[in-house]
Amino acid sequence: MNLTLHVWRQKSPADEGRMVRYEVTGVTEHASFLEMLDILNEQLIQKGEEPVAFEHDCREGICGSCGFMINGEAHGPLPHTTVCQLHMRHFKDGDVLHLEPWRSKAFPVVKDLVVDRGAFDRIIQSGGFVSVATGSAPEANLIPVPKALSDRAFDAAACIACGACVAQCPNSAAQLFTSAKVSHLNLLPQGQPERYDRALSMVEAMEKEGFGACSNYAECEAVCPKGISIDFIAKMNRDYLKAKSTAVPKPPLEA
Amino acid sequence: MSWFTDLYQSAVGKKAVMAVTGIILFGFVLGHMIGNLKLYEPGTYCAYLDASGTCASKPLPYLDAYGAFLRQVGAPALPASGALWIVRVVLLVAVILHMWAAWQVTRLSQAARPSGYVNQPKRHTSYASRTMRWGGIIILLFVIYHLLDFTTGTLNPGFQEGAVRRNMLASFSVWYVALFYIVAQVALGFHLYHGLWSLFQSLGWNSPRFNRWRSTFAHAFAWIITIGNISFPLAVWTGLVR
Ligand code: HEM
Ligand code: FES
Repeated sequence: MNLTLHVWRQKSPADEGRMVRYEVTGVTEHASFLEMLDILNEQLIQKGEEPVAFEHDCREGICGSCGFMINGEAHGPLPHTTVCQLHMRHFKDGDVLHLEPWRSKAFPVVKDLVVDRGAFDRIIQSGGFVSVATGSAPEANLIPVPKALSDRAFDAAACIACGACVAQCPNSAAQLFTSAKVSHLNLLPQGQPERYDRALSMVEAMEKEGFGACSNYAECEAVCPKGISIDFIAKMNRDYLKAKSTAVPKPPLEA
Repeated sequence: MSWFTDLYQSAVGKKAVMAVTGIILFGFVLGHMIGNLKLYEPGTYCAYLDASGTCASKPLPYLDAYGAFLRQVGAPALPASGALWIVRVVLLVAVILHMWAAWQVTRLSQAARPSGYVNQPKRHTSYASRTMRWGGIIILLFVIYHLLDFTTGTLNPGFQEGAVRRNMLASFSVWYVALFYIVAQVALGFHLYHGLWSLFQSLGWNSPRFNRWRSTFAHAFAWIITIGNISFPLAVWTGLVR
């Protein structure tokens, strides 16, 4: 199949950037979307042009590296699918596709379709691990975890931190990501000692990065490749509000 | 107060404030609509019957008697119109906090995406949720008009202090005023529909057991309030109530 692409080209963070039109030919419907871009890049290199930069790693839908907007939808039109797992059979010969990077103040464009999602790493660092030495791994069955809880924690832990939620959100808010990261630890017995501190520090880290405020539009849930539920946002809000109004601030740790 | 200012620093806290003030305003709007149903009560109300059972005071339309009751309630423990003023102050504070927080989170979100998309993102969500901000402004303009119409009487054609029913008929007999009221109530209905669902998220009130009731609740009360409120101008306009 042949396609017309309008791709965001931006040489560097300082460059203004613009949409550039490309015709890509001879794409098989078995190719993934990223493979289609590989084909485009081959054709560009043949012509002596700069290939389109995009991020990717596993190409299995599990690492969260890939992602950009396809015709105004994060990761394209197929629900619960990252662009690396999106196949060209979901498109038609002659389709016109517009590709843009995630747009958010907290995700500066590095080049073309690649953005810097370091903000997510900093949110995870602010509360995503326990701050005490725990020694070697404990015996797995020592702490019983009810099945329903472990299932919910797993649902939250499925977040691959790709950034689609922020990209689609009209407010550019990072509530779905942050709430998934807060919740997968806050649901489990092992996460209880630091539950309220974690909610506080992760929400504060999130707001410091310059993301917008959640309006409960649920756009994020609609595009999340892992189907993370906005229930986790409510849960994070509850933990945060409770922490703000009742939790006793913890004393600083000894060095 | 420091826990409040501390909480309000954060956007999550601002949304909690919007949710709580929204609940207060919702309570008011619901009570206000139910009170106005007195428009439909036929006959007149007599405050004082003498020993023989005849009316010793001026019989009033039920709506006017209800208005007088709102001014008297709380007496003699409270001064005249005391309870009314307490409610007014609470509502004013709620409205100011609600709008102030709305303004701030809107600015925050605009700043969070300084360079927008060339190709506008597809929208998956409800019309109601996307119109919260403009809807809120329409409601605000409406509330200002409404106060000038029925509280101060400035814009009412033929205002008489305390003659609630008469003032209402005077106002809604003008077709474009009736139409404006109806449009504003539709805007309020949409705002309530998203707001009444959204507040559960903002306050973290979710549980698998009652989650599906949240949108039923929002739908039900948005409809009840909108239909109730729209019925008043419609009833006057069409001549069902005169
Ligand atoms: C009768 C009056 C009003 C009622 C009952 C009401 C109720 C509510 C409720 C319950 C919410 C949900 C809060 C949450 O998500 O946690 C809300 C949101 C909102 N309200 Fe109101 N409201 C009223 C008037 C106004 C006015 C006058 C404005 C003014 C401009 C306004 C602007 C907003 C906005 C922008 C939101 C969404 C906040 C966001 O997207 O983050 N509202 N309202
Ligand atoms: S490349 Fe790893 S999720 Fe797409």
